[in-house]
Amino acid sequence: MADQRIEPILAESVARGATAIPAPVVVVAVPKLGRPRRFGQLLEREHILAAVLLAPTLVILTLFIAYPFVLGIWLAVSDKVVGRPGNFVGLHNFWVNLNDSIFLRAFQNTFVYTFIATILKLVLGMGAALLLNQHFRFKRIVRASMLLPWIVPTVLSTLAWQWMFDATFSVFNWMLMNVGIISQRILWLGDGTLAMGCLITVNVWRGMPFFAITLLAGLQTVNPDLHEAAEIDGANAWQRFWRVTLPLIKPIMLVVVLFSMIATFADFQLIYVLTRGGPYSSTHVFGTYAYEIAMRAAKLGQGASISLTLFPFLLMVIVFQLWYIRRSD
Amino acid sequence: MAVQYGSRLKRAVTFHIPLTVMVVATLFPFYWMVITSVRPDVELYNVKMNPFFTLHPTLTHFYYLFELTMFPRWAWNTLFIATVSTGISLFCGLLAGYALARLQFRWAPSLGTVIFITYLVPPTLLFIPLGDVVKTFGIGDTPWAVILTYPTFLIPFCTWLLMGYFKTIPREIEDCARIDGASRFQAMVRITFPLAVPGILSAGIFAFTLSWNEFLYALVFLASPQQKTIPIGVFTELVRGDVFYWGPLMAGALLGSIPVALVYSMFVEHYVTALTGAVKG
Repeated sequence: MADQRIEPILAESVARGATAIPAPVVVVAVPKLGRPRRFGQLLEREHILAAVLLAPTLVILTLFIAYPFVLGIWLAVSDKVVGRPGNFVGLHNFWVNLNDSIFLRAFQNTFVYTFIATILKLVLGMGAALLLNQHFRFKRIVRASMLLPWIVPTVLSTLAWQWMFDATFSVFNWMLMNVGIISQRILWLGDGTLAMGCLITVNVWRGMPFFAITLLAGLQTVNPDLHEAAEIDGANAWQRFWRVTLPLIKPIMLVVVLFSMIATFADFQLIYVLTRGGPYSSTHVFGTYAYEIAMRAAKLGQGASISLTLFPFLLMVIVFQLWYIRRSD
Repeated sequence: MAVQYGSRLKRAVTFHIPLTVMVVATLFPFYWMVITSVRPDVELYNVKMNPFFTLHPTLTHFYYLFELTMFPRWAWNTLFIATVSTGISLFCGLLAGYALARLQFRWAPSLGTVIFITYLVPPTLLFIPLGDVVKTFGIGDTPWAVILTYPTFLIPFCTWLLMGYFKTIPREIEDCARIDGASRFQAMVRITFPLAVPGILSAGIFAFTLSWNEFLYALVFLASPQQKTIPIGVFTELVRGDVFYWGPLMAGALLGSIPVALVYSMFVEHYVTALTGAVKG
């Protein structure tokens, strides 16, 4: 109801005084009351103002999120390939996925990548936050430069890592060989497990600052008096961290972990740039494999079914997060 | 003396050493970009040479980038796309954030939740059907393909952040203006929006860096070389088959990182506010 009433008003506000089309109600009303005044009066009503203010956002989100989402579900149950209309094939695509060893590997990789990287980011980020929470010289500049991996385009910094992991000219190999630890070059990206390790390393390098800075913000809200009290009661630094600090910043910690899990779970660019899913398709995750099938093999339906597999897991995290926010409100 | 020495050692082990390791690990890849971009090819591809510095710095790679690739064009595209999509998102997010934070209407809480959920929808989930949608609208391979799709993740973020910000501005200020005869709309635009400028700045900087850095949508929706953004152009046009042109690649990576790092360094505090505000909600 409300929306139907808004539309002519919107049209009017855009084309104020133009001859084109506002609904008859408005046109008739205009000469009597004066257009700006009437429009202004309508805006005094909160639900009308709200509808006007929310309209641009809702239009964009409907066109570019809701509609593609529905379309994505249709694609996932169709045999659409580029350049040809698709037919409904039911759950065939998902059945194909379940019998595809690369998909199953990608499935496993996505979880391994997400869990190991998230845990490492949390532990290292917490460590970094505790360090940054102390007083020292150049603190501001250290804190600012800490965030650099998070700021710069991931693709570009990942390219730098790719060069550092180069088969022939890797700087890590150069260092290890000159120190005498290895005599043969290590092919960092030449083996599935090692390549996964490299991917996790780069992901942790990139994502850790986000943890560090948000956890630091959490640490700064902890009242120092509490620490003093605990110290007087004989708690050592370790106990103070576990018993005082951690429970207090647990809410923000949980939210950061959930955010990061979603981003890591749906990661594409880092893996696509560093390994392209290789060697021998051993490091694909959902995102890169969906891209491979949909964009390079042109099987849009099959690809959509792969990226849709992300959805139930994302939904679980989102629902949990919403539930948690509600509860803490 | 001994006590002092002991405590200094302890401080070094628990503080200075880990801090140094952290800073070095964080910044090393950037050093690597810089040093690679100025080393001549004969040094880059010689495993005997010490790779950490060069005695013959050169600008050849930058010259290659500017003369033999479309890098300047990509830089312009990136700037244009990031600016316009940030502008659109700020406009929408400002209005929507105000409505959700201030106005009483039936759907307010559920709309807030919907917007929060869209904020968490990753591009990976939607890029395939969205590619179709973009083609249907006839904006495939034009800047508008990404200018109109980036707001799908920027608007929810801006809305969410500004909603939080509006809640910190006392409602009474607006009420005073209304008693003095301002309309609902005037009070919003003339009184509350100016007070929200720091929040708008935070949201804008964050949104700008996000759209500057975006990869997947740009990779899928922009195909021709003259339409590409820096991340896509450097990645796709400087790698030919299996041949990586590491000098120009690192020069491009460096130049593509500098603008966004500069914007960030000018507004560190605003950026951090956005980052932490985005999670707290």
